[in-house]
Amino acid sequence: MKQLLEGSQAVAEAARLCRPQVVAAYPITPQTHIIERLAQHVADGELTAEFINAESEFGAASIVLGAVATGVRAFTATASQGLLLMTEVLYNIAGLRLPVVMVCANRAVGAPINIFSDHQDSMSVRDAGWIQLYVESNQEAVDTLIQAYRIAEVCDLPVMVCMDGFLLTHTFEPVDLPTQAMVDNFLPSFCFSRTLDPDHPMTLGGASEPDNYQEYRSAQQTAMEDAMPVIEALDAEFNDQFGRAHGGLLRAYRLEKAETVLLGIGSLMGAVHDVVDKLRDQGQAVGALRLRCFRPFPAQALVQQLRGARRIIVLEKAISIGAGGIVAAELRAALHQAGIMTPVASVIGGLGGRDLTPEVIEAVFQETMFQETNVGEVGAAFQFAPEQIPLNPPFSKGEARKKGEARNEGTADG
Amino acid sequence: MKSNEICFHEIRFHGRGGQGAVSAAALLALAAFEDGFESQAFPKFGSERRGAPVEAYVRISSAPIRAHNQVYAPDAVVIQDASLLRTEPVLQGLKPNGLILLNADEKPVQASSGFRWVSLPASQIGERHIGRPLPNTVLLGALAAGTGWVKLVALEQAIGNHLAGKGEAIVKANIEAVREGYQFVAQLVAQQRVEVAS
Repeated sequence: MKQLLEGSQAVAEAARLCRPQVVAAYPITPQTHIIERLAQHVADGELTAEFINAESEFGAASIVLGAVATGVRAFTATASQGLLLMTEVLYNIAGLRLPVVMVCANRAVGAPINIFSDHQDSMSVRDAGWIQLYVESNQEAVDTLIQAYRIAEVCDLPVMVCMDGFLLTHTFEPVDLPTQAMVDNFLPSFCFSRTLDPDHPMTLGGASEPDNYQEYRSAQQTAMEDAMPVIEALDAEFNDQFGRAHGGLLRAYRLEKAETVLLGIGSLMGAVHDVVDKLRDQGQAVGALRLRCFRPFPAQALVQQLRGARRIIVLEKAISIGAGGIVAAELRAALHQAGIMTPVASVIGGLGGRDLTPEVIEAVFQETMFQETNVGEVGAAFQFAPEQIPLNPPFSKGEARKKGEARNEGTADG
Repeated sequence: MKSNEICFHEIRFHGRGGQGAVSAAALLALAAFEDGFESQAFPKFGSERRGAPVEAYVRISSAPIRAHNQVYAPDAVVIQDASLLRTEPVLQGLKPNGLILLNADEKPVQASSGFRWVSLPASQIGERHIGRPLPNTVLLGALAAGTGWVKLVALEQAIGNHLAGKGEAIVKANIEAVREGYQFVAQLVAQQRVEVAS
C-alpha cells in the first residue's frame, strides 16, 4: 500500500526492513533524518540493533567495517564532507571485500560551504571500489537499498546508494513500502564466509607485498565487472517479487529513434522526462537515458543504448576540476572504444543546489552547439557561467602579494 | 507545463520558523493523497531557525509527479505571518487570479490587484483551540474551503495520522482549528465575498 513519506523516513524504513544489527553514523545535513529515524526504531525496540553514535564519519565507517567483518549486517549514512572524511575507510572496506551498504544523501562539497545537493561527494570517491547506484525517486531509494544488500552480499563488494539530498531526502512523496515478509523472502539472512571468529583466529587486512598486491587490485576490478550482470538480474528478480524494476544499470526513456539523447543521473531525470515528453509532442526525436549504476561503469550497456543516437548531451552535477565532466569523459571513452564517434556534449549544472528546471533543461537541449570537431573534446560547458558571480572586492594578485610581503617584514600598517 | 492534465495545483507556504509551514505543507500533501491524488511536499531547502522566514511547497496532481524542482508559479500562497508581506517576495510568481490566504484581521490596505485575497485571524483561532497562536491548521481548513482542492475530512484524517504521536488532545485541538478555518472561509464564499477557484 502506498504511503506519503518523507524520503529520509522511507529509506530508514527500508533499512529497518533489511534487519541491520549495527547502525553507526555521525549526523550531517541532509542525511540526519535517516539516522534519527533508525535511532528511534532502536530505542523503541522496533529494530534489534546496536546503534552507535560515532565520534566522526571516520569512526562511523570504521565501525561498520568491523561489524560486517564479524558477520553482521550493518548500515550507515552520510553526505558531503562526511563522506570525504570516510574516504580512507571506504577504500579499506572495498579492499577487504566487505559487503557494507551505505546511503549517501548527495550534497555539494566545500569550500564554499554549501549544504545543498549535487553529486560531487560520491563522484569524488568513485575510485574507492564501491558499487554506486544513483536513484531518481524515493520509491527507487527504498527498492535500491533492499537490492543493495543482496548485491553486496552476492558480490562481496560494498554498495553506496546515492540519493539527492533535500530533493529526495526532505521531500514527501508516495512510496510503497514492502512488508517484512517480502523483504525477508528477497534478502536471506547474512552468512558471511570470512567472519572474524575468536575460536578460529585469522588475519583480516594483512599487509601485501609487491608480488601480490596487484593481484588483489585486479581481483577487485574483476569483481566489479562481474557485478554488472548481478545488478541486472537482481533488479529483474526484485521486479518478479515486488512488481517494480528500476532499469538495472540504465533506465531508458523514449529512446526509440531518438536522435538526441539527454543523459543524466539521479532525481533531475524526472524533470528531464517531462521535457522529453514536451519535445516529443513537438515532433523532436529526443529521448533520455539515466545512468543508475555509475560504478561499475556500464560501458557496453551504454554503447548498446546509444548506438543510434546522433548527439548526446550529458547533464552533470559534479566536475573533475581541471578536466571537466566526469560521466561525459567516461562515456566518450566507451563510445570511442566501440568505434562510435557520436558527439558528446558535457553540460555542468545544478551545482550546490541550483535548480535544474524544465526550462533550463529545454534550453540546454535547444542551445547546446554540436560540431563534429568536439568528438573527444576535453572540458565542459557550464550551464551557468561562474563569472556571473563577481568577486568583491576585485581580487588583485599583485596587490595581495605586496601586502603579504609587507606582513612578512612586519611593516604592514594596521 | 501540464496543460493536458485534469488537475495540477502548486501551493506555496510562507511562515516563520516555528509556525509550522513545513508541517502544514506535509499535512496538505497527506490530505490530497488521502483524497486519491498524487502529491508532493517539500521545504525550501536551507537551515531552519526559529523566527526566520520559511517556505514550503506542495504539488497536487491527478498524474504521477516526476519533477523534483522548486515551485515558481504557485496557484495559491498561504501567508502565515503578515509581516512577511513587507520583507519577503511572497507574491512572486503567483498566477493571475491566484489565491492569497493571509493570516491577518483584514486585507492589507495596499493589496496587489489581480489576485483573490482572503484574510482570517488564524493565529487567534489557533490559540483558542490549541492554546498557542499556531495558524497552520486553521489556514489549511481555509485553503480547503477557498479552493476545493482537498476535502475537509481528508485534512482531518491527515491531522489524525500525522499528529498521532503528539497525543489525542493535540489532534482534537487541531481538528477543531481546521474546521473553524474551513467554516470561516466557507462563510465568505457563501456570502460571495471570495470567488471559488476553478
